[in-house]
Amino acid sequence: MKRSYEEQTHFWGKLWTWTAVFVILSVPVIICVAYDCWPGFTPVLKGLLGVAPIFWTVGAIEVVTFTPMLGTAGSYLSFVTGNVTSLKVPSALNAMESAKVKPGTEEGEVYSTIAIATSSIVTAVIIAVGVFLLAQLTPILNSPVLKPAFDNILPALFGGLGVVYISKNWKIAVTPVVFMVILFLLVPSLAGSVGVLVPVGALISIGVARILYKKGIV
Amino acid sequence: MNFSPNSTLLFVVAGGVIIFVLAQSFFFLIRAYRRAKELGMDMKQVRKTIWSSALFTIAPAVSILLGVITLSKFLGLPLPWIRMSVIGAITYELPAATSTAKALGISLSETITDPRIYSAIAWVMTLGILPSIILVPLLLKKIQKGLLKMKNKDAKWGDLFSTSLFLGMIAAFSGMVFADVRNGLEGWIPVFVLLCSAVVMGVCGLLIKKCKMKWLENYALPISMLAAMIFAMVITPAILG
Repeated sequence: MKRSYEEQTHFWGKLWTWTAVFVILSVPVIICVAYDCWPGFTPVLKGLLGVAPIFWTVGAIEVVTFTPMLGTAGSYLSFVTGNVTSLKVPSALNAMESAKVKPGTEEGEVYSTIAIATSSIVTAVIIAVGVFLLAQLTPILNSPVLKPAFDNILPALFGGLGVVYISKNWKIAVTPVVFMVILFLLVPSLAGSVGVLVPVGALISIGVARILYKKGIV
Repeated sequence: MNFSPNSTLLFVVAGGVIIFVLAQSFFFLIRAYRRAKELGMDMKQVRKTIWSSALFTIAPAVSILLGVITLSKFLGLPLPWIRMSVIGAITYELPAATSTAKALGISLSETITDPRIYSAIAWVMTLGILPSIILVPLLLKKIQKGLLKMKNKDAKWGDLFSTSLFLGMIAAFSGMVFADVRNGLEGWIPVFVLLCSAVVMGVCGLLIKKCKMKWLENYALPISMLAAMIFAMVITPAILG
């Protein structure tokens, strides 16, 4: 019996992901073997202690929160190529929105995969070109004129993306947005751990949506 | 072999990793494109999606490149290049490098020349991000089954549930933009940029609906984003000056 397209996507996704794990792990191994510089357990463990508790939690949360938006192939690809929140999720959502298809449908799967794959390719190419032209590009990219543009890349992205989804679902959106604005006003230092707040926002939205749905308002 | 964070060997390793990422991306791109044909989807829209996604990616990709440049000051080019091309993000890599450097009692103000410190940082960066990549093959099917069950039970609630997930994300990031407003007018810059992007997006929406400019649909987000970034370049010196 021929496996369904969805099943095949899982097969290929898993194969590529486990290969990616091997490739990623082989980088520090090659460094250590080539230069005979194994760092020993203690420094690595100490370094990991500073970041792993937060990043392992955020990583797990991201997988649960974002995979429904990214689709099957999109999830496998996004979590290998990275920059999930700032690039892959917006790109997939925008593609599905423009094509007027929903996440989780056959068409949604195709559009999100195409958007994420294209995004990964363009990113890889731009970084590669940038690395080779670094000497010429650094003064331009670090110029004080351009700096504000890149300092504000997240607001520039989430303003446009947000207005579409918030205006369409404002009844659900108003509570989590107001909550988050107040939270960040009260505790500005949370900006560094916005990843942890995504599921908090999601839980509030889901709660509000459930209440409004039960009352027949949405 | 003499160690240098910019050695040819490291560049070759980086090249290999980039080729792997490109291969995987092309594999899924071609597969999805063929699938679109099979399903009889509107291929014009599919091709437009490729263009608009590429255009949309340019600005964030350049900001990722800026991350590579920041890290390269003490790690050389190849390692940041690798890390930012697979799973990496500056928000993770910089704390990972700093945490390791602190643990080893060194400063990250100049290029690292001790191979042992360099390899310790490479290991921390790698092991720290590994869970998010490993969890996808382990959890994805289960998550999807759960969602499907919910959708089959109550289709409308299933839709509302997934909409709520990304509203949560948008709420968190919109809230973050307000983090610095207590610092005075300067702290409002990100808020103004967010509003500018939202307004431009709204205007695009009107043009699409009222003036039937359908082509704009695919490019509305990249246009709003670039307009807001240019706006940031104009207002920042005006406010700080």
